[in-house]
Amino acid sequence: MQTYNLEADGLRGLNTALQAQNENVTEESWEVNNPKGSHAVAVGLNAPIKVTVNGSTGYYCAGMNQQAHVHVKGSVGPGVAENMMSGVVEVEGDASQYAGATGHGGLLNIKGNASSRCGISMKGIDIVVHGNIGHMCAFMGQSGNLVVLGDAGDALGDSCYEARFFVRGSVKSLGADCIEKEMRPEHIEILKDLLERAGADAKPEEFKRYGSARQLYNFDVDNAQAY
Amino acid sequence: MDNNNIPRTVPIQSATFSNPTNAEIRRAAATGIYDIRGGGAKRRVPHFDDLLFLGASVSRYPLEGYREKCETKVTLGTRFAKKPIELDIPITIAGMSFGALSGPAKEALGRGASAAGTSTTTGDGGMTPEERGHSTKLVYQYLPSRYGMNPNDLRKADAIEVVVGQGAKPGGGGMLLGQKISDRVAEMRTLPKGIDQRSACRHPDWTGPDDLEIKILELREITDWQVPIYVKVGGTRPYYDTALAVKAGADVVVLDGMQGGTAATQDVFIEHVGLPTLACIRPAVQALQDLGVHREVQLVVSGGIRTGADVAKALALGADAVSIGTAAMIALGDNDPRWEDEYQKLGTTTGAYDDWHEGLDPAGITTQDPDLASRLDPVEAGRRLRNYLKVMTLEAQTIARACGHNHLHNLEPEDLCALTMEAAAMARVPLAGTEWYPGKAGF
Ligand SMILES: Cc1cc2nc3c(=O)[nH]c(=O)nc-3n(C[C@H](O)[C@H](O)[C@H](O)COP(=O)(O)O)c2cc1C
Repeated sequence: MQTYNLEADGLRGLNTALQAQNENVTEESWEVNNPKGSHAVAVGLNAPIKVTVNGSTGYYCAGMNQQAHVHVKGSVGPGVAENMMSGVVEVEGDASQYAGATGHGGLLNIKGNASSRCGISMKGIDIVVHGNIGHMCAFMGQSGNLVVLGDAGDALGDSCYEARFFVRGSVKSLGADCIEKEMRPEHIEILKDLLERAGADAKPEEFKRYGSARQLYNFDVDNAQAY
Repeated sequence: MDNNNIPRTVPIQSATFSNPTNAEIRRAAATGIYDIRGGGAKRRVPHFDDLLFLGASVSRYPLEGYREKCETKVTLGTRFAKKPIELDIPITIAGMSFGALSGPAKEALGRGASAAGTSTTTGDGGMTPEERGHSTKLVYQYLPSRYGMNPNDLRKADAIEVVVGQGAKPGGGGMLLGQKISDRVAEMRTLPKGIDQRSACRHPDWTGPDDLEIKILELREITDWQVPIYVKVGGTRPYYDTALAVKAGADVVVLDGMQGGTAATQDVFIEHVGLPTLACIRPAVQALQDLGVHREVQLVVSGGIRTGADVAKALALGADAVSIGTAAMIALGDNDPRWEDEYQKLGTTTGAYDDWHEGLDPAGITTQDPDLASRLDPVEAGRRLRNYLKVMTLEAQTIARACGHNHLHNLEPEDLCALTMEAAAMARVPLAGTEWYPGKAGF
């Protein structure tokens, strides 16, 4: 295990050390102390390593992650795991806006709540939020799964494409072209797997599924008020 | 009185309700949808044509045309990047997406740019292996849609361009209609095939200059501070946008005026939003000078650049380089008279063809149809682009030498005069034959 004191040794050094593992893994387990809300912590990783961050981070923690398992023992600022490709990002606390934005793959597991625009423009990522999510989540979501154990705010899934949303609690309102959809056996399977991987204490049957009504896929003037 | 001999008023067309205007009203009434098209503003706005170079005189002497050197090299990204981009000529190829353009067209851009010693740029839709392979210097666009955005391509880029806006549609997102969403385009963008694709107009994970600063930090951390980071803005508030981009940590500001082309957007957007390129340059340069970073943060100007004279004028007003989109497409073969019969069948004519979003381009450039795309030979088209870039460079050098400069960057506003009051005001150079321009104090 390699321990890094972010406050004393600086961000550049941390990311350089972690990204050096992209070429050749020499140390599988890393611990980062004193993040103190720093931005861009553990970004651009592309190696099967585990990074534990002891404390809260600022913007874009684990941005563009590939393969790595980043575990934040605190809360995260905006854009955690943005554009993640693979791997796991786990947050013990809450996540600010745009968690998992544009993510292509991997699992983002938020134990607390996520703020607005969680999963915005998601492109294949799986996101599990154990608490509630804010407004405009999964706006223009293209692909992937967003699972919410608590409640969802206004305009869930606005203008979404093929992303799936599973919500256990209430949904304050659905966005344009987002509707409740039938929960078929294959969805139960997807959800079961995600809940298991996220260590979530919930049953797939308790959730409702939402997704695109596909009415805005090709422009129709009679839908103009929806845009 | 003989009724047949009464003089009559001739039919007078209204300047306000002109035939094209009325045709558009009828089209709108019939279809219920706004007009979508490609290209840039077609209306006349004050432009580089309204400026002239003064040339050498008794007080300034010229350089010998074929003997004395006039340098054209430019380095972009000297502020923070470990590996700035070094170009032989100050003319780059602007970002145009794979999706809007065919694979062979992107390849041709890479070939032509590389042969001329300059860079090309990806676009909304990600990086294709063809263009990476054929471009010695490739700028990777980081757009609101983030289609195809992935860290592997990011690390392959020679520079990163954060796109905030485009001159053709500042404040608007991209648009790629269903006809052009082929299997490959759909897969690169993670979208179902055949749908109308609406790119976002705002970035999904930052808003405002303070966030942008952190976003740039993240991009630099991911790419080890190696490559330059550009910020591209449409011409709207060039002074403040430039100042804020500098504050956010940009190495290069790319400023695109309203004549700048687009692959597709609403005609009303193209014609009615944004500043003419001519009006953008001086305020942007002023911002760089006020912050003490002119030449340290480079300024790349685009929107309606066609000739070496345009290049020289943009540089004289303070730009470090220019970028071309439409002109590069024309050099490849877009809107070429050889396809006139086919343009006619599409209800248009050479020079006016702009329904690029329909994917039916006879020249095979703005299409995803494999048969049409195969009409463009990327090697030949690349050669044409290279030739054209060389000619523009020679033209700019001709002017610079005539003004007595041994580097294109030594061109200055004092080399210019304006033909119209508007151009004088926008370019802040004197009206021809006077020492005055509107807004200049002391007169
Ligand atoms: C076919 C086409 C596609 C374009 N695609 C993009 C794009 O993906 N991203 C972008 O920032 N600008 C795009 N642009 C705008 C150009 O990057 C550039 O700003 C503009 O073309 C410059 O003006 P000019 O066409 O007058 O040279 C596109 C322009 C054209 C003509």
